[in-house]
Amino acid sequence: MDLMDLNEWAFIGVFLVIAALLPIVPIAMGRLLGPRKPNPVKTDTYECGIETVGDTWIQFKIQYYIFALVFLAFDVEAVFLFPWAVAYGGLGFFAFVEILIFLALLSLALIYVWRKGALKWT
Amino acid sequence: MIQMPTLESLNFGVAFPALSLVIGAVLLLVVDVFLPERRKGLVPWLALLGVLVSLAVSMINYNEVGEAFSGMFIADPFTSLVNIIVLISAALSILLAMDYLRRTEMEHRSDYYLLLLFTTSGMLFMGAANDLIVVFVALELLSIPLYVLSGFRRPNLKSEEAALKYFLLGAFASGFLVFGIAMIYGATGTTNLPGVWAGTAAIVESASPSLYLLLLGVGLIVVSLGFKVAAVPFHMWTPDVYEGAPTPVTAFMSVGTKAGSFAALLRILVVGLPTLILTGATSAAWANTLAILAALTMILGNFVALRQMNIKRMLAYSSIAHAGYILMAVAAAGDPAVGNQGVQAALIYLLTYAFTNLGAFAIVIALERNDGTGGQLDDFRGLASQRPVLALLMTFFMLSLTGIPLTAGFIGKWYVFLSAINAGLVLLAVIGAVTSVVAAFYYIRIIVRMYLQEGDANIGTSRLSYTLGAAILVAGLGTLIFGVLPFLVADLTQGVQIVRTIAQIAGGG
Repeated sequence: MDLMDLNEWAFIGVFLVIAALLPIVPIAMGRLLGPRKPNPVKTDTYECGIETVGDTWIQFKIQYYIFALVFLAFDVEAVFLFPWAVAYGGLGFFAFVEILIFLALLSLALIYVWRKGALKWT
Repeated sequence: MIQMPTLESLNFGVAFPALSLVIGAVLLLVVDVFLPERRKGLVPWLALLGVLVSLAVSMINYNEVGEAFSGMFIADPFTSLVNIIVLISAALSILLAMDYLRRTEMEHRSDYYLLLLFTTSGMLFMGAANDLIVVFVALELLSIPLYVLSGFRRPNLKSEEAALKYFLLGAFASGFLVFGIAMIYGATGTTNLPGVWAGTAAIVESASPSLYLLLLGVGLIVVSLGFKVAAVPFHMWTPDVYEGAPTPVTAFMSVGTKAGSFAALLRILVVGLPTLILTGATSAAWANTLAILAALTMILGNFVALRQMNIKRMLAYSSIAHAGYILMAVAAAGDPAVGNQGVQAALIYLLTYAFTNLGAFAIVIALERNDGTGGQLDDFRGLASQRPVLALLMTFFMLSLTGIPLTAGFIGKWYVFLSAINAGLVLLAVIGAVTSVVAAFYYIRIIVRMYLQEGDANIGTSRLSYTLGAAILVAGLGTLIFGVLPFLVADLTQGVQIVRTIAQIAGGG
């Protein structure tokens, strides 16, 4: 591995440096330049501009969990579909069949979830 | 630009046994949700049909050799034999589950059989993996349904505890496997096992520092698969999970998961890394590690089993101990001259252990009462006077687990010890022999309770159901036939020559 090969990796190094600077610089500037006059309202817990009500340790309805799981499955499906669609021109018939099998399997999963009644909000 | 595979290069045909089971499982998933409630009784029979079709295909194509999916999947007699072991275990455990689920009033929950089919297909892919990525995907396919199955007896707290414990530790083990694969990929630049083999040979020859990456990778993979086969010191989950999980799941886990994980371990170590021989050594670098693990596993498993009063916990420690004997064969396979023999010995042991252990668990299920009690050793008291046939069969299975001649267990032990001695692991063989004697004590303790002690073994089933009876019969016959006609296993494993296939690859490349 000579110096020319290393140059290709330099992009990643520059990227890492910029990625680290982006959050550090504004936070440091805020610390250094900003005036500091705390009062009870300012130090209060902040939740979308609304005053916090009750405890944070509350129970969620378990169905959120199943919805989240189903959502995640189809979210990941989209992640696979995008690169497939972008590269479709160069992939040919084989990739078409593959993605059909993939979609068919996921559709079966959706049918299963639907028949099991997991999509009904009770 | 990567090369797009054509349909021909995928070569679906050789993967048919595994694919047919996957397709069967997916179809059954759909059939299951559309079946009306009163017809759910069909699902176990359909699942059994799927397993038997796959088993038949594996047997017909036993000697077929070929690669599928661009070399990621390999079919050879090794694959076929692992398929047969796993599929027979799956079929028996479906029969066991039909009885168990009916008695525990979980019959309507037919997803049990779907999960069982998915985990079985994971095991089939483990045995056929020719690429580290396939090993990982197959391991996940094997594990995730098993986590759910362990907790299937909800809201029983012990079952839920078993599921959570198995899931958390199993997730760790999967992480170790991925790290190990990453290290091996880092050293050799490929995840394909023949490629890893070539890379390893080059690294060892040039003594490049990548050797340390390889050693680290092998270590991490051994930790991960050691967890799955319940080898000491990664065995902590075994007794709790085996005790808490529904008994038919435990039965299948103790046999099927072991077969699948050992198959993957053999594939990775014997196909991928047999040339990882450090300077001055005669056998592969991982052989010593595995020999130490085997010794620890046999000693701890057998000695702790002595103290167990619950039959499922006792069988859990017994299954740890048996993993030790199989590890002995894997360690022996580290010696290049004994490679094939060690692999064959491990598979023979897994085959004989499958029949014997499923038989023992079938009788435990027959004795278990519907509320989950009846699993203490003292519940076996006086069984011989009340149910002489069950007691006789239990005696037979216990003798086979001990390794008494004329039972299948003896044949398994014979081949394992033979391969260990041939590989020069005499001390390990001695430890194995001594711990077998220790093991005899706790297996015979059950026989003593059944025949010589008075008691009312008020057993769970007043009459054995047909499915349970059939399972016990098949397990008993298997244990007997392989015990009396040992040449059968020798014939069956003769074609298992995974080391030679490497030589062929080396010759061709």
